[in-house]
Amino acid sequence: MVIVTTTADRPGVDQPEEVVRTPAELRRARVLGIVYIVMALGVLWFFAKGTTGDATFGLTRPQDRFSDFPDLTVPAAGSAYLVAVVLAFVGTVQLIRGFGKWTNAVLAVVLTLVLFSFLAWAAAGKSISMVGMMRGAISLGVPIALGALSGVLCERVAVINIAIEGMLLGGAFTGALVGSLFNSWLGLVAATLTGVLLAWILAVFAIRYRVDQIIVGVVINIFVLGLTGFLAFRLTERNPELNSASVFGPIGIPLLKDIPFIGPVFFDQNLFVYAMYIFTVALTFGLFRTKWGLRSRAVGEHPKAADTLGVNVYRMRYLNVMLGGALAGFGGAFFTLGAVGRFDDNMTAGRGFIALAAMIFGRWHPVGAVSGALLFGFADSMRIRLALVRPIPSEFLAMAPYIATIIVVAGLVGRARPPAADGQPYIKE
Amino acid sequence: MSDRTEAPVPEDAEATPDGDDNGRRFFEDITGINVDWRSAAIVPLLAVLTALVVGAFIVILSDTELLKKFGSEPLAALGDSWSLIAEAYSALARGAFGSVDAWSETLVSATPLIFTGLAVAIGFRAGLFNIGGQGQLIAGGMGALIIGFSFNLPSILHIPLALIAGILAGAIWGGMSGLLKARSGAHEVITTIMLNFIALFLMRWALKTEFIRVEGRQDPISKTIETSAYLPRLFGFLDNTQLRVHLGFVLALLAAWFIYWLLFKTTIGYEFRATGYNPDAARYGGMNVTRVYVLVMAVAGGAAGMGGAVEIQGLHHSVVDGFQGTLGFDAIALALLGRSHPVGVVLASLLFGALVSGGRTMQAQTDVPIDLILVVQALVIMFIAAPALIRAIFRVRTGKEVEQLTRGWS
Repeated sequence: MVIVTTTADRPGVDQPEEVVRTPAELRRARVLGIVYIVMALGVLWFFAKGTTGDATFGLTRPQDRFSDFPDLTVPAAGSAYLVAVVLAFVGTVQLIRGFGKWTNAVLAVVLTLVLFSFLAWAAAGKSISMVGMMRGAISLGVPIALGALSGVLCERVAVINIAIEGMLLGGAFTGALVGSLFNSWLGLVAATLTGVLLAWILAVFAIRYRVDQIIVGVVINIFVLGLTGFLAFRLTERNPELNSASVFGPIGIPLLKDIPFIGPVFFDQNLFVYAMYIFTVALTFGLFRTKWGLRSRAVGEHPKAADTLGVNVYRMRYLNVMLGGALAGFGGAFFTLGAVGRFDDNMTAGRGFIALAAMIFGRWHPVGAVSGALLFGFADSMRIRLALVRPIPSEFLAMAPYIATIIVVAGLVGRARPPAADGQPYIKE
Repeated sequence: MSDRTEAPVPEDAEATPDGDDNGRRFFEDITGINVDWRSAAIVPLLAVLTALVVGAFIVILSDTELLKKFGSEPLAALGDSWSLIAEAYSALARGAFGSVDAWSETLVSATPLIFTGLAVAIGFRAGLFNIGGQGQLIAGGMGALIIGFSFNLPSILHIPLALIAGILAGAIWGGMSGLLKARSGAHEVITTIMLNFIALFLMRWALKTEFIRVEGRQDPISKTIETSAYLPRLFGFLDNTQLRVHLGFVLALLAAWFIYWLLFKTTIGYEFRATGYNPDAARYGGMNVTRVYVLVMAVAGGAAGMGGAVEIQGLHHSVVDGFQGTLGFDAIALALLGRSHPVGVVLASLLFGALVSGGRTMQAQTDVPIDLILVVQALVIMFIAAPALIRAIFRVRTGKEVEQLTRGWS
């Protein structure tokens, strides 16, 4: 059968109004529309009804250069009503004709609006330091972001890295230990090397022995949890001087740090935050604009084809997994050298798994992964801040990242597609 | 699993197994009839031994005083190392098997492990990796708790009712992952990890609500279940309060038997295993793979949930955050160690129960913390998952080499 395509057959060309196409997209558009309208009702019911007073969001710190920059003050109920009206409108449009390629952007805007009305409700009649909350979001998000980048590196070459948690924890431990013995810079190096070592173990078992990658990852997590707990007890319990490293403090970037609100949030942080910016840019460029990146992605999508074209699949996998380990180990040092200076048993508390979630959330893209991580950091920071303002069950906020991840993997925010060969060992013929 | 002792095969035969061997392996996987128990036992035993030896080195290397001594008087230090290890491991052995109480504690520790181990093993049999034992256990514990304190019934009704609540809660929690996988293709590893955290936070929240929290306390501890929901102690008539082993252990053995029956004697179990062996073939053969995924995860969740219920009804009688320990994660080691066979899981659980119970004594009587047991567990899984390692160390023949238990993300 010969298919003759004319412009009339292609709805996208002939009927530009009709942006929704496949049945799956249609269903998703309808679901989203209903969700928006339900959200509008929710905002009315929970955040607008019976709320009084103004919500004040502090945008500066006393030590900032332009500390007289005004705070943001909004009427709590009024903004909730406004958000509800906007949501209802967006929901109706979504139901009637959809937003096509803008769907996810609209979703992001909608979620931001809901968040805003939630914050306004929580802060009604009170004041929340927005700058503090955002600073907290960045620093809580940093280890998650570095872990997520590690995941991106590994999974782009088709090695599943469940061991991010163990690498973070291992990095945190050696960072504190070596940081206390010598100095924090050496601690940083040691943490990075710990990550590399654990990644090497993952690589050897996953690539050479072709052991199930998820199982190796789980093993590394248990191993590191046990070993760090064991060593913390044996070494640092009796010699507390082995567990008191000096912490990398915030370094302000001249000029940039003086921008109101933006400056203190993004440009007056410690070196881990700046490293995160650099790694995000470098990885995005590296993966999508360099020979190395093209080869990595080829190895992850179709190793046999890559092999045929002369790419050394095993070497690419070893290289990227160990680079990923370096990132995660470095990120783990944040817990000790970037935050408190001492190691506590299981101090990463599942951040590695959130990193995994952030990576999936960001669809295996460095920028997406880091954005996801910062979003999770924000949820965490908000939980901590709001606990001081209003008695909200913080557990539900803590749960949000995990629920969001399930929603993402269930395909409700569009299909998240992993690298095609992800998790499969490669056997060279 | 496959028998390699009779017919010597070349070293690289695993990569391209000959037809005969493949057929036999398929037969074994489908029927669950294990031809050679000896070869199934040798790798786990060697793995545990090796792990304990490596653990000993870790104990020595983490003793700063001893390391210094190695520099000055190596011979004496060697003697000290020996006595250090002997002391630690004999405390371990005493805590596990040294007395009737120790035996009882070993069984108490093994009980929940059998349930969660079964939960992971069922998943493996159907080609699903259930990391969600933790969350399913919590769900089950909470289910049993609520029924346990809400009613006051005769024991004969109350005990099974609370158990069923636990099983159902766990089954729902596990079934969600199965449903998500079946309906949207969401990978069960991701969803079970996420559901673990969600269950954890839900429990923490619940422990603060008026409905769950014990009255007059501000710290998050739940109400205590009615004594009518308590699982009786097996040796309650002996009037020895140290003997904590309870009916849960018997229930665990029954659960293992049930899972064995389900997997190997029923059509459903056949479908589970066929799906695990090759989902495409199973689908082509007319099986409803979607339904299998949901059922497998629900059964697995039910097993773990029953473990949670048994822990609450038999041991803790109330819920605090932490009752779940790392039972759901240890289960992965158990399922691997027990070759995903109910009998294997029971034996592996007894071993780990002994390690945990002995580890507590070791921590109490010597300077060696119980975290060492985690390290040993991790090493055991590693050696089991990579038989090539054991083979390289001991030069013995092991079962099939590459065992891909999970399938990527998609």
